Amino acid sequence: MSETLTPRSLSRRRFVQSSGALLFAAQCPVGLSRKAYAGGTGAMMNSFVRIDPNNVITMLANNSEFGNGAYTVMSMMLAEELDVDYRSIALEAAPTTPEYYSPLFREYLTAGSVTTGSTFMPMRTAGAKARAMLLEAASKDWQVPVVELTTEGGTVTHAGTGRSGTYGELLEAIHRLDIQPPETVTLKDPSEFKILGKPTRRYEGAGKVDGTAEFGIDIKLPGMLYGAIARPPVHGGSVVDFDATEALAMPGVAKVKAIRAGVVVLANSYWRAQKARAKLKIEWDRGVNDGVSSEQFFTDYRALADTPGLLAEDIGDAIGALDAAETSGSVVEATYEMPLLAHATLEPMNCIAQVEGDTCTIWSGTQYQSNDQEVISRFLGIPQQNVTIHRPLMGGSFGRRSSKTADYTVEAVEAAMGESVPVQIIWSREEDIRSGHYRPLFVHKLRGSVDETGMPEAWHQVAVGQSLMQGTKHDPTYMVRGIDIYSLDGCLQEPFGVFPYGTSYQIPNHRVESHNAPKKGIVPQEWRSVGHTHTGIAYECFLDELAHKGGIDPMELRLRLTKDHARMNRVLRVLKQKCDWDTPLAPGRGRGVASRIYNISPVAQAVEVTVAENGDFTVDRVVCVVDCGFAVNPLGIEGQVEGGLAYGLGGVAFGNIDIVNGEVQQSNFHDYPVMRLPQMPKVEVHILPSDEPPTGIGEQATTPIAPAVANALFNATGRRVRRFPLSSQGFNLV
Amino acid sequence: MKLEVNGHEVEITSEADTPLLWVLRDELGLVGTKYGCGIAQCGACTVHMDGSAIRSCVTPVSAVANKSIQTIEGQATEAGLSPVQQAWLETDVAQCGYCQSGQIMAATALLAQNPDPSDAEIDTAMAGNICRCGTYPRIRKAVHLAAALMAEEQSA
Repeated sequence: MSETLTPRSLSRRRFVQSSGALLFAAQCPVGLSRKAYAGGTGAMMNSFVRIDPNNVITMLANNSEFGNGAYTVMSMMLAEELDVDYRSIALEAAPTTPEYYSPLFREYLTAGSVTTGSTFMPMRTAGAKARAMLLEAASKDWQVPVVELTTEGGTVTHAGTGRSGTYGELLEAIHRLDIQPPETVTLKDPSEFKILGKPTRRYEGAGKVDGTAEFGIDIKLPGMLYGAIARPPVHGGSVVDFDATEALAMPGVAKVKAIRAGVVVLANSYWRAQKARAKLKIEWDRGVNDGVSSEQFFTDYRALADTPGLLAEDIGDAIGALDAAETSGSVVEATYEMPLLAHATLEPMNCIAQVEGDTCTIWSGTQYQSNDQEVISRFLGIPQQNVTIHRPLMGGSFGRRSSKTADYTVEAVEAAMGESVPVQIIWSREEDIRSGHYRPLFVHKLRGSVDETGMPEAWHQVAVGQSLMQGTKHDPTYMVRGIDIYSLDGCLQEPFGVFPYGTSYQIPNHRVESHNAPKKGIVPQEWRSVGHTHTGIAYECFLDELAHKGGIDPMELRLRLTKDHARMNRVLRVLKQKCDWDTPLAPGRGRGVASRIYNISPVAQAVEVTVAENGDFTVDRVVCVVDCGFAVNPLGIEGQVEGGLAYGLGGVAFGNIDIVNGEVQQSNFHDYPVMRLPQMPKVEVHILPSDEPPTGIGEQATTPIAPAVANALFNATGRRVRRFPLSSQGFNLV
Repeated sequence: MKLEVNGHEVEITSEADTPLLWVLRDELGLVGTKYGCGIAQCGACTVHMDGSAIRSCVTPVSAVANKSIQTIEGQATEAGLSPVQQAWLETDVAQCGYCQSGQIMAATALLAQNPDPSDAEIDTAMAGNICRCGTYPRIRKAVHLAAALMAEEQSA
């Protein structure tokens, strides 16, 4: 396999020789030293752009592509400033070295819907600096003023003399004339954009219609063995003993061995490995999580929610206001309960590993290269730079492939230890559902009151759930006074920790507390839109309850609460008009609204539902208004909004992982249902025009859909759901 | 055992109970057909057997001996992409793209039977094909576009 992508077809991928190529330094803080390409023909490091003498332009992409559109927006940015067709750019996954770390995370990590925002300047700068060097070379070589030169389609042209040269042809002049990268460069004014801001099809789209797109699971290496792992029935369990006699007698089986993850069967085809796995006889130590149950989590968390938590925010005097309001009967109390969720990426986890001496190479669909590298180097006791990561395309991620434990990666390394060939571990769907990482279970207890005008006056919220960050290496960044800022994302009015935004609402008395539930039963993990997957439901549904209590229309309530938040207020005003909010609906139908801010982009949705007597319901229409700053690729944004809300809708409708006696009860799509085509609503996406820098869109549409649907069901039926998924409460999405 | 895959006769050595999916992927190297669930729940493994869509993950290879199998790799011809593939590309359906081989095979089988399906007919026919990225609105759009492209081809 090779690692260079061209957009037309992955089958046309090719290695671009580094010899004779130039790498243009690009990432802003990394200065280019003169010696970097001394010698004239060597490749330069610390850079995003390589131009070969044959005029192939290669982008080194330091963000992963798992459906998010990273490769599309990054190639658009580069192409815009370099004046080439974005589809003509070849692409390589940038190596896992610090110069390619995200300037935001300071790690090699694609997460948090920050790819577009965090690459917007670096990739454009990379393109513009490369172009400036090409222009300078042409100007000096042809002895014409730079201002008379134009660039288009990878060629520099001087109209006056009719002289032109491809970028590749100009490399020789760059070397000969010792052209240095400019310290600074002027980027195009948005009015000059030919690519950015225009609806643009997916960079790697062609390979995704002809079957040539190569995902991790598709990679075949010479002599590679396939591995299937029998995993413990309880999370954290381990192997005591096993009998592989029958398994070893099966065709194609090479080896059976115990690793930390379970017992792995290595065979010459995945099917043979799977089939032999079924013949293993294993004695398990069920470990510390034996006996754990998700229902007990709910019980324990409800009890914790009645006790004071760690205080995150205390504006005004919420407790005093609520106690005073008790006498006037204007207080509402509710507890919202959200279950464990699996990610269920359609391409199950998989990883190929090869261990040779003190080096290790993996081929892995991952969002989190630097962590994989770190965990593997620690596990093998080898230097981090001895771990090489090849990154193919990924069949979805939704947070799963940002595993802090590097679970599916390091187990492949362990399975490959002592083998002379690469080993590919592939998870079955059953392993994916039963043995994965999960969106943690959460309970939010809320108490609120309205004033004499019906507006929210006091808000007291206590959140209980397992922290994503506590005790991890991210603890110092994401834990504030012991509080995981993700547990409360979108619940606080003021910015908190590294999150520069609060809710867009202003409630005069606002108190929010948090309990980190004991680490038990499962490994919690980010699930598309992270904290909002539960805080969104708790906050936006309870706001709906207060609107009802105060007799104020929920859309009107949000418009009033956001009067000092210009961006969200504009989103809501447009939404109200676009969704025909004031047009009455027939009986049995209902409307709901929710508005959230996640990683800076305000987004609001209004949904219409139709509910049958038996609780079966359809989501007929979703209107979504987003303000994600400058819309780099409107076509991609529309897709992310449709997909993001589909993901959240499936989660709230029927997403549920139960643990009984330590064991996950669900196993595949028949008992862990996900969204299907007939359930998909009609979606209308409105992207607000903006000159602000681009902000996130990959997860934003996931945040309001769950509460908006629950609020619409209340509007249609008068029944308030406070335990999720909806299917557990008699509401079945059909 | 012999079968015909994308117009070529191939000799298979996998055990008779091996699902067609793994024969395609691991023995023939045709990895465009995907594994998603192994129990005919997700449609990622959809291929055609004598023109009909089947789930290759639950079809033992012995059941397709001497049958004609079409996979995603056999859809494009020297003339270019199939109308369904063309429609998928123009509609920019794919996000992660992992399910799209199966979606395209399912849509192709649908259009062979019903050249101008309604939204409801598309929903029914494609309900077995999961897309976790939620590209469903564009799948609906692309099926309609493919129907139009095929009608155009017919009349040309």
